[in-house]
Amino acid sequence: MTATLANPRIDARVGHGDARANAASIGLWVFMGVVTALFSLFAMAYLMRMNSSDAVTLALPWQLWISTALLAAGSVVLQRASAAARLVDVMRTRRLLLAGGLCAIAFLCAQLWAWRALLGAQVMPAGNPAGSFFYMLTAMHGLHVAGGLIAWAWVMRAFIREPADGGWRIALCARYWHFMLAVWLALFAMMAWVTPEVARFICGTA
Amino acid sequence: MAIAIALVVIVVASVLFHFVSPWWATPLASNWKQMDDTLTITLVITGFLFIVINLFVGYIVWRYRHREGHRAAYQPENRKLELWLIGLTGIGIIAMLAPGLIVYADYVRPPRDAMVVEVVGQQWQWAFRFPGKSGQLGTSDARFVTASNPLGINPDDPRGQDNIVVVGPEVHLPLNRPVKVLLRSKDVLHDFYVPPIRARMNMVPGMVTSFWFTPTQVGKFDILCAQLCGVGHYNMRGHMVVEDKASFDGWLAKQQTFAMTMAKTAPPIAAAPGTAATPTPETTVASGTDLVEQGRALAQSKGCVACHSVDGKPGVGPTWKGLYGSTQTFADGSSASVDDAFLKTEIVDPHARLVKGFGPLMPPLPVTDAEIAALTAYIRSLGSGAAAAPQAGK
Amino acid sequence: MAYADDAHHGPQTFGARYIWSQDHKVIAVQYTIVAIIVGLVGVALSNLMRMQLGFPGKFDFIDANRYYQFVTMHGMIMVIYLLTALFLGGFGNYLIPLMVGARDMVFPFLNMLSFWVYFLSVIVLLASFFVPGGPTGAGWTLYPPQAILPGTPGYDWGIILMLVSLLIFIVAATMGGLNYVTTVLQARTEGMTLLRMPLAVWGIFMATILALLAFPALFVSGVMMLLDKTLHTSFFMPAMVSMGQQLDYKGGSPLLFQHLFWFFGHPEVYIVALPAFGIVSDLVSVHSRKSIFGYRTMVWAILAIGLLSVVVWAHHMFVSGMNPYFGFFFATTTLIIAVPTAIKVYNWVITLWRGDIHFSVPMLFAIAFISTFVIGGLTGLFLGNVSVDIPLSNTYFVVAHFHMVMGVSPILVVFGGLYHWYPKVTGRMLNDTLGHIHFWVTFIGTYAIFFPMHYLGVLGMPRRYYAFDNYSFIPESAHVMNMYISIAAFVVAFAQLLFVFNLAWSVRHGRPSGSNPWRAASLEWQTPETPPVHGNWGPHQPVVYRWAYAYGVPGAKDDYIPQTAPPEAGGMEPDVHGKGEARGVPA
Repeated sequence: MTATLANPRIDARVGHGDARANAASIGLWVFMGVVTALFSLFAMAYLMRMNSSDAVTLALPWQLWISTALLAAGSVVLQRASAAARLVDVMRTRRLLLAGGLCAIAFLCAQLWAWRALLGAQVMPAGNPAGSFFYMLTAMHGLHVAGGLIAWAWVMRAFIREPADGGWRIALCARYWHFMLAVWLALFAMMAWVTPEVARFICGTA
Repeated sequence: MAIAIALVVIVVASVLFHFVSPWWATPLASNWKQMDDTLTITLVITGFLFIVINLFVGYIVWRYRHREGHRAAYQPENRKLELWLIGLTGIGIIAMLAPGLIVYADYVRPPRDAMVVEVVGQQWQWAFRFPGKSGQLGTSDARFVTASNPLGINPDDPRGQDNIVVVGPEVHLPLNRPVKVLLRSKDVLHDFYVPPIRARMNMVPGMVTSFWFTPTQVGKFDILCAQLCGVGHYNMRGHMVVEDKASFDGWLAKQQTFAMTMAKTAPPIAAAPGTAATPTPETTVASGTDLVEQGRALAQSKGCVACHSVDGKPGVGPTWKGLYGSTQTFADGSSASVDDAFLKTEIVDPHARLVKGFGPLMPPLPVTDAEIAALTAYIRSLGSGAAAAPQAGK
Repeated sequence: MAYADDAHHGPQTFGARYIWSQDHKVIAVQYTIVAIIVGLVGVALSNLMRMQLGFPGKFDFIDANRYYQFVTMHGMIMVIYLLTALFLGGFGNYLIPLMVGARDMVFPFLNMLSFWVYFLSVIVLLASFFVPGGPTGAGWTLYPPQAILPGTPGYDWGIILMLVSLLIFIVAATMGGLNYVTTVLQARTEGMTLLRMPLAVWGIFMATILALLAFPALFVSGVMMLLDKTLHTSFFMPAMVSMGQQLDYKGGSPLLFQHLFWFFGHPEVYIVALPAFGIVSDLVSVHSRKSIFGYRTMVWAILAIGLLSVVVWAHHMFVSGMNPYFGFFFATTTLIIAVPTAIKVYNWVITLWRGDIHFSVPMLFAIAFISTFVIGGLTGLFLGNVSVDIPLSNTYFVVAHFHMVMGVSPILVVFGGLYHWYPKVTGRMLNDTLGHIHFWVTFIGTYAIFFPMHYLGVLGMPRRYYAFDNYSFIPESAHVMNMYISIAAFVVAFAQLLFVFNLAWSVRHGRPSGSNPWRAASLEWQTPETPPVHGNWGPHQPVVYRWAYAYGVPGAKDDYIPQTAPPEAGGMEPDVHGKGEARGVPA
């Protein structure tokens, strides 16, 4: 909290876009902080619930590897789109931007496929806490990805209308995609590796 | 100006109120005098601050009220003053926290020789369990709960066989003996609260919680539930009777063991005052007024009064005043007159037919035919209401 | 962003100006109006409760089911839908851009959405009054297992709508919160450093950060309880026998809910209190014509309180059955948080010392705040000290404490703030006579309601009781006291109607105020127009040369120096080394 001067005045035409980009960037960091808090608390709840005597490890369906790969691909593609936008390569940017969104949509489809596989194996939301957490955490994460897709659609629209001004929006999109990937990897790892035994060890009730 | 006077009046009135009001902690009936002492220390420190700050503000707003030509001083900071104030506040905090934590250290460590009592709560009644001769409590679980095993004691655990089971709202304890209270709940959160004891704890389904105290006064104390547990929360009542060891031993000897309660399909009448509990399946039906008295006692001991009032007031269940002989309508539109058969059905199988306006909240309870007769006699004694209109609840 | 001189950029239609407005000032008024309306519903519910408590059994339609529904809806409405929405969405939206010199919030569209999502959450909540079974009666704390089991009113649709409404509210609060935080960090005008912002902004800023980090905990617990109810998962539900039936839940932990809920719930009370602290600092300073004492310490205290508030939550759980050894930790942290809070109280009092105190209605409310907050905060020391809390938990002592510290003192600040800034919002003064009546009835009345209540709690009367029949330890006099408390409650409730009337009437008939009726130094009073138009500042944003508290500067011509006055006018904030020397310059 240093005593620095504020940013350039917003009403000056010069730097108008920069101020908006800056504000949006800060806004996105803050939002990422909120979502991090949310999933951290879910993780705490997971740890505390998996501690109890009725928890069993869940065999995660293989479809999750496919969905993870798709989400990672989306991150890579959007990062490239962001770079292309900085170089003002309009056609390339548009293709990569589209591909990034499609990867996220494919991710959601693969997650639903994983749900079907698990339901087919008679693992229901009710019954075992591992199952309950699986459905709930993937649903919460999926909803956040879906929200990102809404933003992505708006970014596509803005880019098509004004390709010269769109670079910062795509960069923020890419950042959010990376964030969603990081959250997913953390959730995936937790559900795979934080078994009831590990949870009991951490909570000291082994 | 008026505000300055108001602040002074508030201080004076508050102090007067404190000394004049009849409402303070109930006379202590346990060993937790230290809790009361820490409360007093806190009251003295906070009371002092309350008086000083309010009077000081009152003085300031009078002394520095706006007057023509007067201007405020300019004094935006004073590091030294602030540090002094932080320091003094810190000391005050420590003065309150230290005794509090010392008392708490005692609270979390029950004495080794404490006798064990278990309290089992459910919506909306209390039950109790004592270890028997073996000195140990048998394991328990919600899945063992049946109509004849309301405390859910594990029937296969040999240590539970001689446990003494008290299904009723009154428990006795011996004077001056430390008690470790184990708390269980069958359904939702409850809290076993006896104000003169000071110590208490929530009851959490799926867990056993505990606290300890030593009763130091003989008497009969109200047990209150102190964690909102649904619509009957305010009526989940009981009594804790503290008496000398001889009386306590006598009372305990009269109670059923778990094995006894499981030996029959239904237990005989329990907790009827002055009635010896004989272990024979049939109990002689007593004459007229005795029956009504028994019914009244049963209504207390079985917890009926949690939901059924006897004075006409609306409750969770229909009031018993004027019930007998009235015509009640059921949820499906049919109706019937309240007679012996009606009451028997309602008691034994409460969800078979729902009286209109009431939800399916009544739990099935174990009752013998003799007890049903007693309850019926009691309900009848509360007035027949052939003309009583069907009641609405929600 | 639109500017006052550019007619093509401002909103044109009625809908764009007043309904779907993206102007922070309009959104603030929208939040305030909805919050006040829902707050009046909350007051009505409290009166219904007091009717039963003061005159038990006299009102047939208030049976135990309804009583618990009133208790629950009253609590949830007041804490979340009134206080949080009003301080953040109402005061935050109006004051932040104006006090930091911005033209609007940085995300105006998102801001507009946040109000309408809040409005939706209110609709869903009020809809629970009309569903089968009625609204939930589980207490505002919504503890499982009871909240979703028979035996508690509204355990079907009522609790579902309550949880859904809360989830929607949290979305709205997040949208708003992003705006408040980013605007403070990014859109301050030239010269407006963080340490030149008024304390009202600091209070709302820190509260918003807390909200953004704490509401997720409520979200998590709400989602999990919703799943327990609808899908029969067992997050919070252990194996149970309910109403004679074995249920198909098992393994869940009711304590898990309590930890999550209070991890949100304690910061929540500071989300309400911190904006109140900030606003009252400004009120005390302006109306005593004296700079706030110890500004930087006040900022430090706000941050410290915010930070500490996330490690005290289990003082709500001392008798919950959690690991008893946690009690030592949480009692300690709770009593530590009393220190920065006490410092703020001292600093308000020292600000008044040697001031030039005007007994305007805002000042009266500010002084009343100090008095009621002192008692509310002091009783917190009883409850935070674990072994003193044990006999007092879940009694009327707790009810009296949290009403004083959440329901009385912050509400007094709400009133003070509304009387103070109403001229800025409307260009007119609120009626002074009605203001004085409203003040005196509210101040003395709430004192009469809640002071005696502490004693009923020490006696041992539990909270959330529909009736107190035939308890050997409760004397008849306690019932008489309950009756007097109820009568006081009815009178105070009525006085709020006077206030609402004043708000509506003075829009047209209030005395015109001019642009700066209180002669305040902070930036929001220096707008070229009053009420400020879209864009707030005219063609150029202001430049700021000093802090917001240049009052009574020795040697200055006036007893205040606005933030925008040229540097030669003096009144600079105390320098880094805290010498606090007077540096006024004669005009």
